[in-house]
Amino acid sequence: MADTPDRRPAPPARTYLRLIWTWSRAMAQYPLSLAFLGLAQSLSVTIELIAVLTVFGHARTLAGFTATEALLVYGLAGTAFGTADLLIGQVERLGAHIRSGAFDTMLIRPVSPLVQLAADEFSPRRLGKLLPALACLAYALATADIDWTPARALTLPLLIASGAAICCATWLIGACLQFFIAEAREAANSITYGGKALTEYPLAVFGTDTARWATFALPLAFVSWQPALHLLDRPDPTGLPEQLRHAAPAAALLLTALAALAWRTGLRHYRSTGS
Amino acid sequence: MRLYRAVFANGLRRHATYRAATAAGLLTNTVFGLINAGVLLALFDARPHINGYDAADAITHVFITQALLAPTAIMGPPLELGERIRTGDIATDLMRPAHPLAWWLADDLGRAAFQTAFRGAPTFTAGALLLPLDLPADPARWAAFTTAAALAVLIGFALRYLFALAGFWLLDTRGLASLLFLAGPAFSGVLLPLVLFPEPLATTMRALPWASMIQFPVEAFLGKHTPPELAAGLARQAAWAAALLALGALATTRATRKAVVQGG
Repeated sequence: MADTPDRRPAPPARTYLRLIWTWSRAMAQYPLSLAFLGLAQSLSVTIELIAVLTVFGHARTLAGFTATEALLVYGLAGTAFGTADLLIGQVERLGAHIRSGAFDTMLIRPVSPLVQLAADEFSPRRLGKLLPALACLAYALATADIDWTPARALTLPLLIASGAAICCATWLIGACLQFFIAEAREAANSITYGGKALTEYPLAVFGTDTARWATFALPLAFVSWQPALHLLDRPDPTGLPEQLRHAAPAAALLLTALAALAWRTGLRHYRSTGS
Repeated sequence: MRLYRAVFANGLRRHATYRAATAAGLLTNTVFGLINAGVLLALFDARPHINGYDAADAITHVFITQALLAPTAIMGPPLELGERIRTGDIATDLMRPAHPLAWWLADDLGRAAFQTAFRGAPTFTAGALLLPLDLPADPARWAAFTTAAALAVLIGFALRYLFALAGFWLLDTRGLASLLFLAGPAFSGVLLPLVLFPEPLATTMRALPWASMIQFPVEAFLGKHTPPELAAGLARQAAWAAALLALGALATTRATRKAVVQGG
């Protein structure tokens, strides 16, 4: 029976890559439209950057951060959210898939529904958001006053990966809300895009209470604020212990586990609309 | 006229069915208001006065903005008309004994009325409960703001109508819509109050229609203008609304002359 085809499902990562490649080729059939949409996304990042620079142009420093240091915070936040948006941003359309019945189709295929949901209508235009954020991060890392010890240089990729994982988990948790309230897409925006807006500025700007909530309740502080404090080797103006800045990977793991739990609970709770 | 009243009531009722979505939107507007107010409070703590704005003006600006986002639809969503043009459903609409511009205006005013009452006003109330906003005691300022906000809704409709009609020529308006909903927040005072931008840029932004949708209504609310300035600002809003609606009517005539409906 050597010629029996292998019926084991492909590993999720490979399926995901194949799906996003397929969608990318589909989107590339309209190159002008794709370029236009990508350009619009990078313009939106540029406009946000102009806002940050305008605010710092008036204030000079906020929470002890100069404009260059604020660009570091913005770059870290933009990179983390840009990565999450690119990889799994499509999960926010869960409610629409449930309403149209498309989610039922995903459930009967022998591929993880999460992989299908995240890869659905994947578009390379989302690189338009990530690339300017990466450029901003690179500029800030090169110009900010950072003491580049080998340890600090080595932790940088880990901090970026943790930030991206936290954003992916936040996005998924927000999407899972739609299992319970189908019209909740916009409520999820308050933690996904709201979280993005919050992490784009040095967290201490929002005061001590907000900083604590964003550290211990929804750990967005580890996306840009704690990593920036670590890179700049600066005491925390909100008075939280310095050990926290090494906790980003732990926070990322914890939130990812929570997101996985939310997804499983939501999936178990799901009853088809019957359409 | 009775027809358009019915379309208006229908638009209002249709949006009233999305209760959870309205509550979710209210929550999101409030959260974004608090985040934006946090940044501006820190800024005005460092520099108490910038170009005529102080901290109370800035946070009031933020919450009026959040309250106007849904009624003016400055960040979207686009009119359903665009989708009907793309799918060809517009052919049915054109058979109705109503002018498309008036029909969609009535429908959109119904939407705006609902969102003003159940999303805009509650968002502003939440802001006023959470932060020390500047609430005008003078009824004239409320009247000026209400007029300015109504004109802002008209401009918002006219812009989205024009972009939807572009579908008759472009087929896929998503790229164009993404630019419209990008320019809106940046040039209107949603992103930051326009007074914060450096001079040549601020004047340029004020000359564009989007400033009439957010920045001017906010300034009417804050009482930043002398009576002649206020009248000039309202006149500018009315001129934008009239010009864009006239352009919309012209585009409708051109588009319907161009449209070829395939029988079948």
